[in-house]
Amino acid sequence: MYKILEKKQLNENVFLMEIAAPHVARKVLPGQFIIFRVNENGERVPLTVSDYNREKGSITIICQAVGKSTRLLASLEKGDSILDIAGPLGMPTELEGHKKVAVIGGGVGCAIAYPQAKMLSFIGAKVDMIAGFRNRDIVILEEEMRAVSDNLYITTDDGSYGEKGFVTTKLLSLIESGENYDLVIAIGPVPMMRAVAEATRPFGIKTIVSLNPIMIDGTGMCGGCRVTVGGEIKFACVDGPDFDGHKVDFSELMSRNATYRNIEKEKDEHFCKIRGDKNA
Amino acid sequence: MPNMDPRKTPAVERDPNIRNKDFLEVSLGYTTAEMAINEANRCLNCKNKPCVSGCPVGVRIPEFIKAVSEGEFQKAYEIISSTNALPAVCGRVCPQESQCEKYCVRGIKGESVGIGRLERFVADWARENGLDKKKKPSSLGKKVAVIGSGPSGLTVAAELSEKGYSVTVFEAFHTAGGVLVYGIPEFRLPKAIVKNEVEKLKEMGAEIKTNMVIGKCMSIDELIEDGFEAVFIGTGAGLPRFMGIEGEALVGVYSANEYLTRINLCKAYLEESDTPILKSKAVAVVGGGNVAMDAARCAKRIGAEKVYIVYRRGEKEMPARLEEVHHAKEEGIEFLMLTNPVRLLGDESGRVRAMECVKMELGAPDESGRQSVSEIKGSNFELEVDTAIMSIGTSPNPLIRTTTPGLETNRRGCFIVNEETMKTSRDKVYAGGDTVTGAATVILAMGAGKKAANAIDEYLKNNQ
Repeated sequence: MYKILEKKQLNENVFLMEIAAPHVARKVLPGQFIIFRVNENGERVPLTVSDYNREKGSITIICQAVGKSTRLLASLEKGDSILDIAGPLGMPTELEGHKKVAVIGGGVGCAIAYPQAKMLSFIGAKVDMIAGFRNRDIVILEEEMRAVSDNLYITTDDGSYGEKGFVTTKLLSLIESGENYDLVIAIGPVPMMRAVAEATRPFGIKTIVSLNPIMIDGTGMCGGCRVTVGGEIKFACVDGPDFDGHKVDFSELMSRNATYRNIEKEKDEHFCKIRGDKNA
Repeated sequence: MPNMDPRKTPAVERDPNIRNKDFLEVSLGYTTAEMAINEANRCLNCKNKPCVSGCPVGVRIPEFIKAVSEGEFQKAYEIISSTNALPAVCGRVCPQESQCEKYCVRGIKGESVGIGRLERFVADWARENGLDKKKKPSSLGKKVAVIGSGPSGLTVAAELSEKGYSVTVFEAFHTAGGVLVYGIPEFRLPKAIVKNEVEKLKEMGAEIKTNMVIGKCMSIDELIEDGFEAVFIGTGAGLPRFMGIEGEALVGVYSANEYLTRINLCKAYLEESDTPILKSKAVAVVGGGNVAMDAARCAKRIGAEKVYIVYRRGEKEMPARLEEVHHAKEEGIEFLMLTNPVRLLGDESGRVRAMECVKMELGAPDESGRQSVSEIKGSNFELEVDTAIMSIGTSPNPLIRTTTPGLETNRRGCFIVNEETMKTSRDKVYAGGDTVTGAATVILAMGAGKKAANAIDEYLKNNQ
């Protein structure tokens, strides 16, 4: 059992949890993920680690309640425990050797972009962060991101906070104004990652994306997380989750990620009904 | 007087049209002592024991069968369990026809003695009567790490625990058992049996740590630094292979590993499970091994109307156990032999709608004696399916290989070991099972585990 040490609501649907998991905390690096299972009937769900404390033996995850399993996790409080956490899984992001990096987060993806920016600053790179949200109400981690970047640019789709527009609009204006990024890291919804990769392609700027395919074991056994990268089958759990954004087949990823949409919607609605949630 | 009936005493099996709708065990084995004794009486108790030579763990077969024929089931259990750590498992999943039973003298004129059925009967009898427990030995104060809790790991853990070593088993999944829980379905090997084996291990003092992905949360070298004096790697077969044909990324294309894990480990077929699995009308399983049979029979059980086995060679070339093929046919699985997929076709939503196949023909045998197989030009046809399951083998898992310096692997990526001791190129590090051989059987993995356990014991005894 893994105990929840802290819980904080970051916006209406996004929450942060610090969980005791010493076997993960002692090794995890930015870009790696865990697989959690809340209870005996729970699904195995992959989630990228957003922070860690090696001395305390704890990891921090930031999660958006979007389906039954994440709502179930969200229903737990400080002091409660979850049944299983396996990790750290996947390869850490390769951050060494870059001078100037644009780190881009979309929505809850900022939770994973943040530790990358933090590590990059720590190892001496110049870091610009672009954080995109739909609107002002769902902005998360603003102070944290500001603290680890040279410049933080917030964009909102509706202009209710920061600059109006998408992260790609901001990224292009920065590149065109002469910022010489030698690396762009994009983490967020698949369409956003694809848009960033398309934006940087003409400039030939190396672009890393963090993929979130369907996954069961996370250790290189089931093959559910296969993605096509540069025409080859890759397994996000052992080869990724980071890949070269210019080579990823994003349409295939989106199509495969929708595999269980209808089944999951049913399970989620059923769960919400039982709990009397307003989201049902 | 021996029972000279040329045929085996039949085991009790559930009606195919009832069992193919649930996950309860297909074969009930010998349900009475009389049935077991009747079958045991067919054994001629040959002096040269050809059957034993066919058993990777060297079960003293004629001896235990003699005990069964005398109604001495406890004695029979002790004989079996002195060399086999998992008899209830082996009695159910071993390919007896290509091992012990293959060499049975009774098989020359008739059917061989039902050694597997008798082994299962004895193991079940002992478990049901609570007589399968072993005493916890006094501790030698030496720590051994076992990575992976599948058949090879459980065997090493059991053999070494019994000798008094302090064994810690590291399992990556949330439940111990490896392929016995995620791969082999409930209807062939009830999970309660695997759980019982794991509990027995714990009673003997072994510690089981789940959620521990060695190579990630700890390296082999860190285990050794932590005081483990020997390490056994039994991490299994690894990543599934795909054919590399068009359409394999469509929704509805699974590897057998994923399909089986969702069903067997995560119980996706139960209403209360949160793990989803696609509902299918028609399923094509590509491959001819036991894993393909398991996937096909699972697909039938979760409601597919049509389930096909698509295999590029002929039925007699299929590597699956005879009994699995027989059971699959009884349950309504259709076998499309000498057939190979060419591509998968999708509908507008991105889901599989058909598998284009081509007919194959067998040609002259190659150097290994296996017949070559080639396409019959122009014989392509579309098989209407909404799910395709690839069961065509695996390639080794990279997690330990890439994080352990000095651990040699062959060109396929499997660990290289001394075949007698299962020792790897690293001191204190042993390996066995599918991670050495590539995908094989439970009993071969157990045989490797047994060899490794003996070698580890020898090494640690001589290394005070």
